[in-house]
Amino acid sequence: MTTLLILLPLAAALVIWVLPLNDISAGALALLAALVEVGLWIQLLVRYDFAQGGLQFAQERAWFSDLHVSYHVGVYGFSVWLVGLTVVAMAAAIAYGFWVGRDRVRAYMGLMLFLTGAIVGVFTAQDLLLFYAFFEAMMIPLYILVGVWGGPGRLGATLKFVLYTMAGSLLMLASIIVYGLSQNTFDLTQIGQSSSDWVFLGFVAAFAIKAPLFPLHGWLPDAYRESSPEVAAILSGVVSKAAAYGFLRIAIAKFPEPVQHYRAPILALAAIGLIYGSLLAFRAPDIRGVIAYSSLAQMGLITMGLFAVNDLGFDGAVLQMVNHGLVSAALFLLAGMVERRTLTGELTRLGGMARGRPALATVLITTGVIALAVPLSSAFAGEFLILAGVFRQGWGWSVVGAVAIVLAAAYVLRLISAVLHRDVGPAVSDSALDLRPAELGVVVPLVACLLALSAWPAAITEHSFRNDRGQTDVSQGFK
Amino acid sequence: MIHGPHIDWFALAAVNSLLAAAALALLSAVLVPGPLRRPVAASLCALGYAAATGFAIALYVRSPHGHGVVVDAFRRDRLAELAGIILAGSGLLATAISYRERMREHHGEYYALLAAAGGGMLFFVGTNNLMTLFLGLEWFSICLYILCAIDRDRLGGLEAALKYLVIGGFGSAVLLFGSALVYGATGQLGFGAISAAGHAHDSLLVFGLAMIIAGLAFKASAAPFHMWTPDVYEGAPTPVTAFMAAATKAAALVVTLRLLVTAFPGEAHLWTVALAAIAVCSLVIGNLAALVQKGVKRMLAYSSISQAGFMLIAVSANSNLGARALLFYLVPYAAMSLGSFAVVAARERELGVPVTFENMAGFGWERPLLGVSMWAFMLGFAGFPLTGGFVGKFYAFAAAYEHGWTWLVIVGVLATLVSLYYYLGLVRAMFMRRTEDLQLAPIGGSPPRDALLQTAVVACLVVTVGSFFAVQPLIDLARHAANSLSF
Repeated sequence: MTTLLILLPLAAALVIWVLPLNDISAGALALLAALVEVGLWIQLLVRYDFAQGGLQFAQERAWFSDLHVSYHVGVYGFSVWLVGLTVVAMAAAIAYGFWVGRDRVRAYMGLMLFLTGAIVGVFTAQDLLLFYAFFEAMMIPLYILVGVWGGPGRLGATLKFVLYTMAGSLLMLASIIVYGLSQNTFDLTQIGQSSSDWVFLGFVAAFAIKAPLFPLHGWLPDAYRESSPEVAAILSGVVSKAAAYGFLRIAIAKFPEPVQHYRAPILALAAIGLIYGSLLAFRAPDIRGVIAYSSLAQMGLITMGLFAVNDLGFDGAVLQMVNHGLVSAALFLLAGMVERRTLTGELTRLGGMARGRPALATVLITTGVIALAVPLSSAFAGEFLILAGVFRQGWGWSVVGAVAIVLAAAYVLRLISAVLHRDVGPAVSDSALDLRPAELGVVVPLVACLLALSAWPAAITEHSFRNDRGQTDVSQGFK
Repeated sequence: MIHGPHIDWFALAAVNSLLAAAALALLSAVLVPGPLRRPVAASLCALGYAAATGFAIALYVRSPHGHGVVVDAFRRDRLAELAGIILAGSGLLATAISYRERMREHHGEYYALLAAAGGGMLFFVGTNNLMTLFLGLEWFSICLYILCAIDRDRLGGLEAALKYLVIGGFGSAVLLFGSALVYGATGQLGFGAISAAGHAHDSLLVFGLAMIIAGLAFKASAAPFHMWTPDVYEGAPTPVTAFMAAATKAAALVVTLRLLVTAFPGEAHLWTVALAAIAVCSLVIGNLAALVQKGVKRMLAYSSISQAGFMLIAVSANSNLGARALLFYLVPYAAMSLGSFAVVAARERELGVPVTFENMAGFGWERPLLGVSMWAFMLGFAGFPLTGGFVGKFYAFAAAYEHGWTWLVIVGVLATLVSLYYYLGLVRAMFMRRTEDLQLAPIGGSPPRDALLQTAVVACLVVTVGSFFAVQPLIDLARHAANSLSF
């Protein structure tokens, strides 16, 4: 089942690359594969036994036995949700790419599907080296996707993106080698906990860059601005979650002592990122900038929840990962839709788009309102849990978080008013249409997921860890 | 009457089949009429390599316990045979890549020399005393000197050949002098006998060892003995470069491993450090110099220096794991080198000028098969997953860590990071710039179809990617080969 989830998109990618399909059928096939993938995930969700929890649907085969490396995949409760986020967001992104009509469709769709398989692999790998392989495999399509189909500044953006993330990944590789060989296994379900600060920091470097955490976010604004909207949606919505997942699954679960040592500095960086990202989002001159920096802020918040290292923090972080993934994917796609109509994302040249475009206004406001965490929204639930969790590490952290939530309201409302309200901007022509049915078909499912989660956030918070006790799971290192 | 020693002809079958191919190809230059010369000579060369591959496989299967043959001058063991399989396979692919190379004459000689060079290398990896070591080295080196210069019209080729000859000759002389010193210190030529002589702290022996290492490092083009590499790789005909990059390096590294482990186990504390230092030098110099290259062949040349560094990390670990790492790494490395130079050769034939980053623009979209293959080779060199390069690097680093050299792992990791800039730079040039940016119009309409070259590239791609998935069988082969050495 898990292997099928990984292999289906990879196989579909190969088929699309090899067969001489025309543009329409290549796009349709990719979309079909993405939807089948969603269907598979629903199967997984239904069949996963949340009452029992733990690792399920595990499959294991030796890869090379002399160093005890194996192909070992499986899902935990929280990975079910992250895989779900991946497949849903990827389906939306592929649908959007199909609808927009990217040139070189076969290459594009193949890469998107390849990326889907790689990300699902990251969330399900139970072997350190396999995890690393998937973690790096994500970079291969992303590099091309940003570099080929991106905006005018794409070359610089990809270079920065790749060098930043690879710097972290390679430090992680060194850590993996040291950790795995010293424990004589690379299997995450068997490997013991370690107290080595250096190994821990190697992992943290990789995840902190990928997330990103302040001050390692140098690649973020360029990559998010220069890539096409659907790729930006995946980058900020899904790929950054791989980092948060890594924190939870490896850095926190396997290194209890170093986590104690470095908790304060990491929380501090996360808090700085939260405030700094929110401020930058408030100051950003364009739509993508606002969403990009809000991503930085949100990843800071999620990291705070994780490094609170208690049940509330873990629950909140997992919920917020899914929330933010969906919100940010939806927002980037909406940004793309607005940019298609106005040819610019600059807030000063936009405005007044709500008039005569009710669908756009409704969807954007709904997403925005959830993003700013109004009570009853799923983001509110997530942020509340995170703040409650981190409160136990010191009330100061919660104060910082609470301030940031106020800032979030400020930047989201600024975004909404700058795009939808005020006077009609110079870039907005009267002929710019409302969202087309196809566009609604892409973005409404994401918003619907968010609304469903708002109605029942406990779907995730109570179904992520065994017996709903994340701390126990983590303290045992997810054995 | 002199009694000759008993000769195990089967052990020499792979070498001899290549020699036979060389002789026949040379004859074809005289006996076969002009237009048929090229196909006949090339097929003879390919047949020779195919037979050598077959014999090497058969020998690998039938030599579970290594032993010396021809009065112990030559080893018949799985290490030599696995290296032989890699070398003969590389030769076969190099023959395919060469076939459409623009050469006006000398087809017979070209393929004869190519086969003879391969024969020399197959002999070289099995050598078991200092005499045959030098013999093997000169045997394939002389063939390569001529191959570099075979196109007498190309000034670059002549310059490259001269440079290679002078510096290669110097390297051989250093090796020979080192051998003489070792012989002087121990009175022995056989690898085993040198070790058994046990003159552990003899400064003469240490000096000789250092010179032998330097001589072999010349051939492996490891820094600081690499000065010839970029110029020769650039100037030589590209298929020859492909063969040199893949096979010469593989042979030199395997022999380095065998020689140091069997002849100088007592000096392991010295040569492990020396090799680690050479590895670090190669990584630093190769990577930094590759960063600023504009020509693709020069970039690949510096990259091959840095790859030598990664493989020397494995050798310097002086362990079974290190030997396995080296032998595993050689498989994807040979495939990636051959493949990447083959793609360069294809582009070169299309444009008729040296290939630079500039004129690779748009290549990936124009020729998707070659473009995607090149992409995979670059990712492999950079050690990305889904290529055997990743597993190879992982094994090399694991060997260094097991040896207790975590710092070497860190150096390797940092070098990998630097290397991304130029490997991915080529991918960027191929895919992310539009064809309209291209300054040079391809000569004469649509590019010539070259099924042989494409087949070779696909084979390299299959090996590069396949060695990521099929690690276990390959590592089993490598382990059996590594077991022929005693650590």
